[in-house]
Amino acid sequence: TTPGSSEPVTRRAGEEHLQPEPVRPRQPAVQVVGRVHQAEVNHDDTAPMTAMMSECHLDQQLQLVTADTSEKTDPTLYPGKYRVIKGIISPVGDAYRKKGLIPAHHRVIMAELATKNSHWVEVDTWESLQKEWVETVKVLRPGRKRKWAEQNQNSSPKKPQAFKPTGVPRVKLLCGADLLESFSVPNLWKIEDITQIVANYGLICITRAGSDAQKFIYESDVLWRYQSNIHLVDEWITNDISSTKIRRALRRGQSIRYLVPDLVQEYIEKHDLYSSESEDRNVGVILAPLQRNIAEAKHNSSMA
Amino acid sequence: MKNRIPVVLLACGSFNPITHMHLRLFEVARDHLHQTGMYQVVEGIISPVNDSYGKKDLVASHHRVAMARLALQTSDWIRVDPWESEQAQWTETVKVLRHHHSELLKSSAQMEDSRKTPSASADSCNLPGIHPCSAVLPELKLLCGADVLKTFHTPNLWKDEHIQEIVEKFGLVCVSRGGHDPKGYILDSPILRQFQHNIHLAREPIQNEISATYVRKALGQGQSVKYLLPDAVIAYIRDHGLYSSDSPWKGKGNAS
Repeated sequence: TTPGSSEPVTRRAGEEHLQPEPVRPRQPAVQVVGRVHQAEVNHDDTAPMTAMMSECHLDQQLQLVTADTSEKTDPTLYPGKYRVIKGIISPVGDAYRKKGLIPAHHRVIMAELATKNSHWVEVDTWESLQKEWVETVKVLRPGRKRKWAEQNQNSSPKKPQAFKPTGVPRVKLLCGADLLESFSVPNLWKIEDITQIVANYGLICITRAGSDAQKFIYESDVLWRYQSNIHLVDEWITNDISSTKIRRALRRGQSIRYLVPDLVQEYIEKHDLYSSESEDRNVGVILAPLQRNIAEAKHNSSMA
Repeated sequence: MKNRIPVVLLACGSFNPITHMHLRLFEVARDHLHQTGMYQVVEGIISPVNDSYGKKDLVASHHRVAMARLALQTSDWIRVDPWESEQAQWTETVKVLRHHHSELLKSSAQMEDSRKTPSASADSCNLPGIHPCSAVLPELKLLCGADVLKTFHTPNLWKDEHIQEIVEKFGLVCVSRGGHDPKGYILDSPILRQFQHNIHLAREPIQNEISATYVRKALGQGQSVKYLLPDAVIAYIRDHGLYSSDSPWKGKGNAS
């Protein structure tokens, strides 16, 4: 669609694969996450550090893959620069209006059930509680970071820290290659938001080995400029557990056992969350970012 | 209720360690057989291979059995059977099938006996999904991935007469994902072609390449395998120091 077009943007059933799907819209149950919280350490800190290990949430299934982003595997020889101290899942609000998006309170509960046994990954409900859709960059904002930083200081560490993180922890956006590539979907992102995200925060992008993420970065001036702030992590375990496929399996009465945490599977079953009816939610409705950005573009062009 | 043929699925393998992918095989196979309308899967059995199989990095079978047991704690239809691992030496797959088949015969005979005493019959004919005290013996089928089907073509790995017995007398349920061509493997083999009606090809649409090899490597490097295996199995591995290299930072890796 082009700005100014009066046709609503709808995604016809079965055509989901034709457009690069942004990570956030792709899974109604849980926001793909993440704001990975990390601490920057002074260069003169001589304490040995663990390499940055980021456990990444992919889709609502929270299938985690460890990614060692330092090139070497023995951290005592080649200490990494970061220590990940927190992982945050931020489910999108209902006002996002994605097709098939079920009410936020269910998605929040499922995320909480899934992270129950994690010492460092947790769910943040702020975004899900907002009445209007909130841009990603606003979710990353400093006010929120301070809250997370305080939480971290108050909680007693489960293991003694080998070093003291200095400075305010940095927040980075954790995503899959599809979110990265969604930057090029017309009207989905504001260019200033993308710039802010990669310039002021940073991206950690889990990609299937051999994916086009590097090419995508090369072809984008903004991403290229801030490429040092974009960490591409190879995922060696091909993991195709998409929420779309999970919902499809559920509609067909097929088992999703061992693809999602047991507690999540039980919750889905108990509340009969996904059906053809739930999949039809928001059909014919414009996705919130598209609506907002197209409207603003119209407004701006009429002002010019 | 229409009379479906009861089926027991048997999976042989190293399970070194057991992962969610192994467990998925059972779920996918069961869905597939139920979809045909002809079968009712009543039980799943995991049979870890004997230590003397000689595969590299194979940890002691009692550990592999214990881990499988932990993984199956929450399953109401799959269980682990240590018989194969307890034999004095490595046992061919066909012999494991024969053993479990005779076990099914035995318990079926016991059911028959208890039918004669009406008071006991209600409890003893308790296999889920089977009409109480049904005289139908469950069919025992070998459950495997497409990669195993491919190994039937490896020279000297399998005896031809064993392959035939497996597909003729028992049956195969083969779960495949991308990268394999199970139909091709079947057509390339005269024996498999002849009994292809007894080979069920189930497709796993959700690619999930959790290989135990990768898991062992990740563990050896202190990397996280959380969400690839059940938490209870990860805890067991940590408690017993399995799959670790002697890296100096062993144990300081990311807590799960």
